[in-house]
Amino acid sequence: MPSPFTDPFDPQRALTSGCTCGQHESQRQHDDALESDAVLRKAESAGTGFGDSLRAEDSAGDEDLIGRTVESAVMRAIFPDDIKRRAFLGAVGATTAAAAIAAVFPLGAAKALAAEKTGPLEKTKLKIGFVPITCATPIIMAHPMGFYRKYGLDVDIIKTAGWAVSRDKSLSGEYDAAHMLTPMPLAITLGVGSPTVPWTMPAVENINGQAITLHKKHKDKRDPRQWKGMKFAVPFDYSMHNFLLRYYVAEHGLDPDRDIQIRVLPPPEMVANLRAENVDGYLAPDPFNQRAVYDGIGFIHLLTKDIWDGHPCCAFAASKQFVTENPNTFLALFKAIIDATAYSSNKENRKEVAKAISPRNYLNQPETVVRQVLTGTFADGLGNIRRVPDRIDFSPFPWHSMAVWILTQMKRWGYIKGDIDYRKVAEEVFLATGAKKVMAEMGLDAPNETYQSYTIMGKTFDPAKAEAYVKSFAITRAS
Amino acid sequence: MEESKSRHALALSALLLALFLGGWQLAISGGGGPVPDMDPEYAALMGDIAKGGSALPSPLDVAKEMWRHISDPFYDKGPNDKGIGIQLAYSLTRVLIGFLIATLVAIPLGFLIGMSPLFYRALDPFIQILKPISPLAWMPLALYTIKDSDISSVFVIFICSIWPMLMNTAFGVASVRRDWLNVAKTLEVGRLRTAFRVILPAAAPTIMTGMRIALAIAWLVIVAAEMLVGGTGVGYFVWNEWNNLSITNIICAILFIGLVGMALDQALHGLSKLVTYTE
Repeated sequence: MPSPFTDPFDPQRALTSGCTCGQHESQRQHDDALESDAVLRKAESAGTGFGDSLRAEDSAGDEDLIGRTVESAVMRAIFPDDIKRRAFLGAVGATTAAAAIAAVFPLGAAKALAAEKTGPLEKTKLKIGFVPITCATPIIMAHPMGFYRKYGLDVDIIKTAGWAVSRDKSLSGEYDAAHMLTPMPLAITLGVGSPTVPWTMPAVENINGQAITLHKKHKDKRDPRQWKGMKFAVPFDYSMHNFLLRYYVAEHGLDPDRDIQIRVLPPPEMVANLRAENVDGYLAPDPFNQRAVYDGIGFIHLLTKDIWDGHPCCAFAASKQFVTENPNTFLALFKAIIDATAYSSNKENRKEVAKAISPRNYLNQPETVVRQVLTGTFADGLGNIRRVPDRIDFSPFPWHSMAVWILTQMKRWGYIKGDIDYRKVAEEVFLATGAKKVMAEMGLDAPNETYQSYTIMGKTFDPAKAEAYVKSFAITRAS
Repeated sequence: MEESKSRHALALSALLLALFLGGWQLAISGGGGPVPDMDPEYAALMGDIAKGGSALPSPLDVAKEMWRHISDPFYDKGPNDKGIGIQLAYSLTRVLIGFLIATLVAIPLGFLIGMSPLFYRALDPFIQILKPISPLAWMPLALYTIKDSDISSVFVIFICSIWPMLMNTAFGVASVRRDWLNVAKTLEVGRLRTAFRVILPAAAPTIMTGMRIALAIAWLVIVAAEMLVGGTGVGYFVWNEWNNLSITNIICAILFIGLVGMALDQALHGLSKLVTYTE
């Protein structure tokens, strides 16, 4: 998947702007933007919450866009000749160019000056919960690397012991927003394994980035058919980990409820349990897969990207109440998260991000471990060094089709019973339309559709035929 | 004579400690040597343990780490990284608040139960059921209903430390010598005055014992509760280091928890000396 984040330092970028206002690449995009503006304005006058919140800061201008405009203005001032500038960028690379210019020109100060205007925030002191795993990278690194501050927010990010606690602290209002697993906002909204509270998921945090780790003693059991009777751990019932592990073993003919045992363990406790042979393996978030390798306890059997390339995992979530009561704060927070996600997505920044999130205040892990996860150059525990640059990636767009897939699996394994309107729930919880608007505003590429099909282990999922998809599995709990 | 005895005990303690540390050191150094034939590039990605290092730190490692904690106990590097002094202070505050509330409830209630056989029988089944419940079983319920993790931890301390105090107070009050009560009755002392001037001093040593047990339980519970809820406190510190599999820091935390627990117990022991009497 190409990164949705455009970059002023990209030597391949089109030289001329093709529309009348100069901000869009073609006249058609310009017209589209005007149209969506009109739609949102209508939504605003109708008084819908999210439309409001998305509109509110529009006139105040967008810092990131301004930042890029300033950068680009400086670039153009230094190299007025288009062809020469492009040759220079191509020759030295964007990062070097940015660094070289920053050395002679105070880029940061220029950006800050240009972006001084911000909307009135209802609340500037926020508490955000996170579970210490690399999936939460954007939420975490936004703190040490100043992304929250940039949007006028004073955020405390609080480490949480597991998702049950995180859910309870979010429900009680102790956290304003939290790092959750993508199925959790759906489950909370439906009242599955939780009281029914309308929840929203404005952005996905990461795609891929999980793995199945097995204890060293199972080195020879690389075929899941040999796993009968083994004990596995997943971080939470309502997690992609649980659904992917179930899907994976079921595709290999094992019934996840009868042939293996799946238990819930908070991620930080997984390595200790694997060491004690309390579990035989787990499908878990990193850094705990890599940590098991690092300590010589286990090996990485499979990266989840080989089950479903581009699957969502963790999310940034907040209650609907928070979003409607604090539209400006929410928008600022949302932008900070998207900005941080864009930064984390850039592979050139990964080492720096690994360094920022490893200390005790955040992940509390050896930097080597976190770096192996984020750069994708890692030891697999079997003596090989693997190079998988997209082992984990960060992409904020909350596809409705992802929600529908999750709901089909919840139905398949009996977490939800009876009829369900997949699209309605998906569209209520995953704020894809809002995300699209904000991403476009920030100069990022957002897709036009919110539904797409996926191929998962060779089987096609079409979000339009969700119910048929649930019925198509041989191993299922749905009646 | 007394002095030489305590000197002997001290020497024996020191000897036991030396034996323990020596055994520890010996057990560590017995670990396997470096794993041969590891590709250096691969080895760079692996931890010490995978390379054949010991999974347990040596006593010296722990001593060094202890010193690092003691020399800078009050640093504050953000909400998830505070010095051990601050963490202990958080835990102590929670324990003392929970314990204080439990005392305020348990002692009057215990008095009532001890003085009235009717109440004793009526409340007995509840006490018997509630007493053996593990503190952590209360936690999800507390979090869900109280909706505040700090107050939930205090509640768990309260609910766990109330039972020993309640039982001991009731027992102490019930077993005040009949003679003393009869003397009070003969002298026509009022009920309230009897309670404060006769029963309370007579039952005080038993009550103090109950308080000591309760405080010890409270200190046990707080570590577990904080591990579950996270955020701050010495329990969170242990959890955070478990997360990092840092055995050195976990051992340090164990020592700190033990030392503070001992200090708490000694403080109440000092208090109980004030109320003991010989018949």
